[in-house]
Amino acid sequence: MNAASPISMRRALRDTHVTMAHGGGGRAMRDLIDEVFTSVFQPPGSEDQARLMTEALQVPGARLAFTTDSFVVTPLEFPGGDIGKLAVCGTVNDLAVGGAKPLWLSAAFVIEEGCEIALLKRIVATMADEAAKAGVRIVTGDTKVVERGKGDGVFITTAGIGVIPPGMDICAVKIRPGDVAIVNGVLGDHGATILAARGDLALSTDLQSDCAGLGHLMQAALAAAPGITAARDCTRGGLASALNEMAAEAGLSIELEETKLPLRTEVVGVCEILGLDPLYLANEGRLVLFCPPDQAEAALAAMRTLPEGEGACIIGRAKAGEAGRVTLRTAFGGARIVDMLVGEQLPRIC
Amino acid sequence: MKFASEFRDPVAARALLTAIAQKADQIGATRAKPVHIMEICGGHTHSIFRYGLDKLIHEGVDFIHGPGCPVCVLPMARVDECVEIAEQPGVIFTTFGDAMRVPGHRKSLMQAKSAGADIRMVYSPLDALELARRNPDRQVVFFGLGFETTTPSTALSIQQAAREGLTNFSVFCNHITVPEPIKALLDDPDMMLDGFIGPGHVSMVIGTHPYDFIARDYGKPLVVAGFEPTDLLQSVLMVLTQIAEGRAAVENQYARVVPEHGNPVSLAAIADVYERRPSFEWRGLGEIDASGLRIRAKYAAFDAEEKFGIGYAAASRNVPEIEGCACGSVMTGKMKPTQCLQFGKGCTPDMPLGALMVSSEGACAAYWQYAGARIAAE
Amino acid sequence: MCLGIPGRITAITDPGRLMAMAEVSGVRREVNVACIAGNHLDDLVGQWALIHVGFAMSLIDEDEAEKTLQALKDLGEAQETLEQMALGQEALQ
Repeated sequence: MNAASPISMRRALRDTHVTMAHGGGGRAMRDLIDEVFTSVFQPPGSEDQARLMTEALQVPGARLAFTTDSFVVTPLEFPGGDIGKLAVCGTVNDLAVGGAKPLWLSAAFVIEEGCEIALLKRIVATMADEAAKAGVRIVTGDTKVVERGKGDGVFITTAGIGVIPPGMDICAVKIRPGDVAIVNGVLGDHGATILAARGDLALSTDLQSDCAGLGHLMQAALAAAPGITAARDCTRGGLASALNEMAAEAGLSIELEETKLPLRTEVVGVCEILGLDPLYLANEGRLVLFCPPDQAEAALAAMRTLPEGEGACIIGRAKAGEAGRVTLRTAFGGARIVDMLVGEQLPRIC
Repeated sequence: MKFASEFRDPVAARALLTAIAQKADQIGATRAKPVHIMEICGGHTHSIFRYGLDKLIHEGVDFIHGPGCPVCVLPMARVDECVEIAEQPGVIFTTFGDAMRVPGHRKSLMQAKSAGADIRMVYSPLDALELARRNPDRQVVFFGLGFETTTPSTALSIQQAAREGLTNFSVFCNHITVPEPIKALLDDPDMMLDGFIGPGHVSMVIGTHPYDFIARDYGKPLVVAGFEPTDLLQSVLMVLTQIAEGRAAVENQYARVVPEHGNPVSLAAIADVYERRPSFEWRGLGEIDASGLRIRAKYAAFDAEEKFGIGYAAASRNVPEIEGCACGSVMTGKMKPTQCLQFGKGCTPDMPLGALMVSSEGACAAYWQYAGARIAAE
Repeated sequence: MCLGIPGRITAITDPGRLMAMAEVSGVRREVNVACIAGNHLDDLVGQWALIHVGFAMSLIDEDEAEKTLQALKDLGEAQETLEQMALGQEALQ
């Protein structure tokens, strides 16, 4: 980890763009780290490692939850967020859907030579903001610089630690036939926003990414509906991919109702123009959880009290049947399979 | 969504399904002896499966999935030629997303891209034109793929490039036409077809009269259909009604979009920019006379075949397809996807043998993805 | 080869190149209107067209659309009438 310099040694950064020198381990690197990262994240202590304790870990039966994710996105800044927001929320959410209370994150940056320092500062500010909202601290990190052409501006890797309280064990294998599937809001906003923001398809919309931390949402849902059996966040590959994985792990089938899927009109528009299926579009602030039907109302009510859960609704249910099969009942009463994605979903004209 | 969601009304669909069932019973169509209706267009194949119409419709109606999927009928040799052009130094090769994953003998375009060729997906040939304007030191090639729906947009783009005097834009023209392969299918003694669902968007360009020969010379009804579920169901009902009444005519269910005589501007652009090749190779159908288009000599500066010396004119014929691949039989309706020995075994969406498993409108992909045919294969 | 969807022309953006802005469910994309342009480009604004690969290829005939929808409605009503008649018959037996 790049430790913070003592205050007496900090100097103002005059560069506007990152150079190879900033990755060299010397003074230039110290200056970059101080000004851009540690002055904002304010990690505890100044050693290479964060030294942490929480009482929650000492409770008998409590477990550590540990996850990591890397983040690459073009463009780096998009309506509704930036790569930093993705990096914090993504890892917070991976912890939250396991029933863990997220506590600490690490953040490692691989920066391309020539990256604008003002951009880095904006990304870091977003990360600090999201961390505060989620109630987590960014306690350690790293920076490296690669030559121009060898990185897409910035790549960020975050790892996260949380605590799973005793008795909490939600996982896909626990899903039972009859459990209802609940999502916390409209689907596909992030994927559609990125497609439009990429510019090469020349679509303009007012869409924003749905990127959001879901830690508080999960805690609220679990408190109101302790019978929740499983939860997963729907990132790349969309809702369909998350459900296919869960169905396979649970050895069950999942049936969705087309009329119940919440979708923004503009997302439907983007999908119609490009020939895409919104079920496979990426989300960054959406989860799907399974809970016994008699606790569904309680879960929904709790979720709807939070902005990230305003649109919470039931979209389907688990049932006994072909293991790993996800089906959709169409508005006509027909049925079709919602399969695992093969490769990426590409726009089509046919 | 205006002009779309009203045509997805489940109540109307139910009424249509009931009417279809009554008509099918009236004709005496049963599962053992069904009425064979070919939906020519791959977009219709996709709609049928997306809305589960194949399962909802009376069992006496059998959909035969036709060859109107330009990706599906693309011979592997064409993909090889695309890759060859894309690998030329300085080339930016642009294509619709549909073609990216179709296997060639060596590579697909997707694989060529990961190996370093500059291949970019575009939504429109206009985007390829813009790339040419912005990259004057590169040669931008646009893969002109598709039936008559897409042919005019390529033609208009070439005309625009000519007006601007661009020297770094060309089209690899693989445009094909609908009426000719339909005639080839009708002439095939093995084909049992009772009627056709006609391609809605091809018809918005060419009008309804190019299909007159189907009713007049072969006595089969054809109804030009829109793409929403009630459009398709209404069209099936219209075909069954003709059969019940012993008639054969070309009818237009999609009159809100399809003008009887097509689109004059599109037709003029096509006539200006292209001429018919004497014949063209179709995967699964072999060589069909006058079914492919090439760029006229006056626009040779925008013809990638001229620029690179690669393409149909230069190619050797009869490049063999992959062994075991039955795309040809499935595409002409002689075999259902599930009857292909490779379906689900040697040929799956992530490891496809042929185009029908890759293309979003290919019958095999549709069967796999939507219709649960996988269960039978697994 | 068929992915075309109805969009509304909202503005002419480049008359020289026959380009206009089209909107589909709140999503906007510039499209070429050569195929549907009459004598006055501005007449296109507010009209609906079938959009395919960045080109407006055919104007949507609202009267025909209405006719098709009416035919569907009539069929629905006819079906209902037939069903009611059948139920009526049953009740009499």
